[in-house]
Amino acid sequence: MKKFNSILFIALFSLLLVSCGDENNKDTNRSSGGAMASNAAERVYVAPGEHDEFYAFLSGGYSGNLTVYGLPSGRMLKEIPVFSQFPTSGYGYSEETKPMLNTSHGFVPWGDSHHPDISQTNGETDGRWIFINENNTPRIARISLETFETEEIIEIPHSAGNHSSSFVTENTEYVVAGTRFAVPYPQKDMPIDEMKGNFKGPLTFIAVGDDGKMNIDFQLAMPGFNYDLSHPGRGDSHGWFFFTTYNTEEAHTMQEVNASQNDKDFIAAVNWKKIQEYVRNGGGEQMDAEYAHNVYDHSTHTATTTMENKVTRVDPRDVEGAVFFMPTPKSPHGCDVDPSGEYIVGNGKLSTDLTVHSFSKMLKAIENEDFTGEAYDIPILNFDSTLAGTVKEGGLGPLHTEFDGKGNAYTTFFISSEVVKWKLGTWEVLDRQPSYYSVGHLMIPGGNSRKPEGKYLISMNKITKDRYLPTGPELEHSAQLYDITGDKMELLLDFPTHGEPHYAAGISADRIKANSKKIYRLDENEHKYAATSESETKMERDGNNVHVYMTTVRSHFAPDNLEGIKVGDKVFFHVTNLEQDFDVPHGFAMIGANTSELLIMPGQTKTITWEPKKEGVWPFYCTDFCSALHQEMQGYVRVSGKNSNVPLKWTLDGE
Amino acid sequence: MKTSGLIMIVGSALLLGLFFYPLWNIKLEAPQYPDPLGMDIYIAGIEGEEEFDIQNIDGINHYIGMKKIPKPEEMWEFNTFPLVIGGMAGLGILLGILGFFGKISPNWFLGWLVLMTILGILGMYDFNNWLIDYGTDLDPKAIIKLTDSEGNPLSYKPPLLGSEKILNFTAHSYPQTGAYLMFIGMFLTLVAWIWGKRTTK
Repeated sequence: MKKFNSILFIALFSLLLVSCGDENNKDTNRSSGGAMASNAAERVYVAPGEHDEFYAFLSGGYSGNLTVYGLPSGRMLKEIPVFSQFPTSGYGYSEETKPMLNTSHGFVPWGDSHHPDISQTNGETDGRWIFINENNTPRIARISLETFETEEIIEIPHSAGNHSSSFVTENTEYVVAGTRFAVPYPQKDMPIDEMKGNFKGPLTFIAVGDDGKMNIDFQLAMPGFNYDLSHPGRGDSHGWFFFTTYNTEEAHTMQEVNASQNDKDFIAAVNWKKIQEYVRNGGGEQMDAEYAHNVYDHSTHTATTTMENKVTRVDPRDVEGAVFFMPTPKSPHGCDVDPSGEYIVGNGKLSTDLTVHSFSKMLKAIENEDFTGEAYDIPILNFDSTLAGTVKEGGLGPLHTEFDGKGNAYTTFFISSEVVKWKLGTWEVLDRQPSYYSVGHLMIPGGNSRKPEGKYLISMNKITKDRYLPTGPELEHSAQLYDITGDKMELLLDFPTHGEPHYAAGISADRIKANSKKIYRLDENEHKYAATSESETKMERDGNNVHVYMTTVRSHFAPDNLEGIKVGDKVFFHVTNLEQDFDVPHGFAMIGANTSELLIMPGQTKTITWEPKKEGVWPFYCTDFCSALHQEMQGYVRVSGKNSNVPLKWTLDGE
Repeated sequence: MKTSGLIMIVGSALLLGLFFYPLWNIKLEAPQYPDPLGMDIYIAGIEGEEEFDIQNIDGINHYIGMKKIPKPEEMWEFNTFPLVIGGMAGLGILLGILGFFGKISPNWFLGWLVLMTILGILGMYDFNNWLIDYGTDLDPKAIIKLTDSEGNPLSYKPPLLGSEKILNFTAHSYPQTGAYLMFIGMFLTLVAWIWGKRTTK
């Protein structure tokens, strides 16, 4: 009997083993099979009511905005207006938000947003704010990740083509803005062909306070090359910042050809800690500048513009040992630093190779004064002395690199349209996957921090062609999501993006989700024209200006009958949403208003103006389907003739 | 008698929990309220589970013409209940102390329990009346007026105990910590009486 038992046991045991083995086999099939063979759909499927694991913030490029996506689903969650007017919410149209778009060139209604970067603490993304640069009229914006609204925009004086921006240092000490189009510094009238030696490429270091407030600490007057992209050092290299350059030829025309003549351009290594100390000890010169600093206040719901007029300019040659050039082949584009801070990758966009510099070798070369020359008195380090390695034949046209935190790097190749995985240290290519088509940036959540969250990678492509149903000549761009947890990258999902995403930043949803605000508190509303209850609603005449203090609540306006307005008046509708319930906005639209609607969040006050041109009784209404009685949420304004004597009168329900 | 006196003191002292914890809770759940709206009913007033819940419940109720949730000063109960509960707790503790020193018979404990039970039932009766009034005495100008199959106006009275569907909402009405402490306390006074009876025999 005993014997029989043990035989049975062995038999059962081996059965178990077999079935376990089967399970394992299934798992390996899952991770090694292609997208078609695997359960890709299941892995990007976020069931109804479930949340995505990551937030992804994709720049809108020429939309001027920032879009928020969930990963892995690829669902777009929001478009945050930043540098462009946004009639959907009234951003840039409302009296409160118009100042956000002020610059030294006046009101600029559009921008070209490029590189979002999330604030960091100890080299990790912390989910407090996200910064993004405007390339065309140089500016940096800070967006709150509690309200998902733009809180601050600072203009960068003396810059042009604000491209190598807006990257943050590992404790958000600075957000940095570079100059891609060298310009006279300060601006002046001069012949263009005298550019060489006379233009400059200022690099601007903007200090970020504990409350997020930005303030230009200093500008580094660099030679007039094109500073293309940048990234901060981290870990051991914290305190340094690295910028790729092109057009070290300083060509002023037909740059397509003339800026591509030098075999090597530079990566500029800037020891910002040294310069910071120099400035703190009184170094640098105060120079005239003119730039707008726009700050949005959440208690007044209002932005204000301050015009600033000074900036501290530092000549890099005046600070011993602060700036060096590392020769880097083939007009490098992306400038990426690995999680350890040791490797600085120059993505030589006109070649097949990637050049990787070593931070520790760079320090040694500096110590040994291992220079091969000088450019405008800035030492050029010996190429062979800083070189850590070369990634050979990765593809054609490398642009950008991100990291997974497991010793691997991922580089996009624009011309050969692929993402290539390679190993840090050995420089061997491990995998390549096609992208559809002509990939620009890529993003791994935290992929440019000390602690990447290396689960997914998205590629953002410049060309869409046939990826989706055709929509005429103009198409949205495409993005692809890859699973990067296995040895090989696996394409899981393809989704359209809005505008032209240049770069993106991603972060675990957990670091943001709980802090996301649901309402603005009415009892903290300090807007000058807020009516925080229906009893405070009124109309006031001030010459031709008529201020209407109006409230909304499901589902009526107070007041909803307005009289005493005359042709030629300028009516300010100050609308306060009295709701204190999550996701109950009200809209406001006035017939014939030469502006946008307002979309007012609970507890918020927003203002638009209306200049009635014709006598009559004109309706206004709520644009957001707020309740079952939304259709009834409407009102009338009586407009009388210029010289009429109709007194101001505002009523609700006859009272 | 010492032990039963102590149990009586603890039991009646548990009533004091009602000054800190809600007696009852009514939650309103609907598809568009994944985080239900809730109100905690204390002996001295009604509070929202979340800061703005009362305001939002009032906002929803105005469609069907319900009155606003009363403020403490608008209902005599919120002044009287704390006095009754405080008084009963004090009385119970006093009886317990007297019992502890053997000055009184444990039957006093039973007497206290009977009185408390009567007051409790009266309280529930009053609460239910308020719910009926609240759910049926509607503004004649109400935006939405619904009738049952016989043409009578619908009642929006939430259940006294349990869950019930009211239009798009499901109302859940259940006792809370304060009530549970009271129930345990009352049960303990029963134990005190039985214990006292047994030891004094």
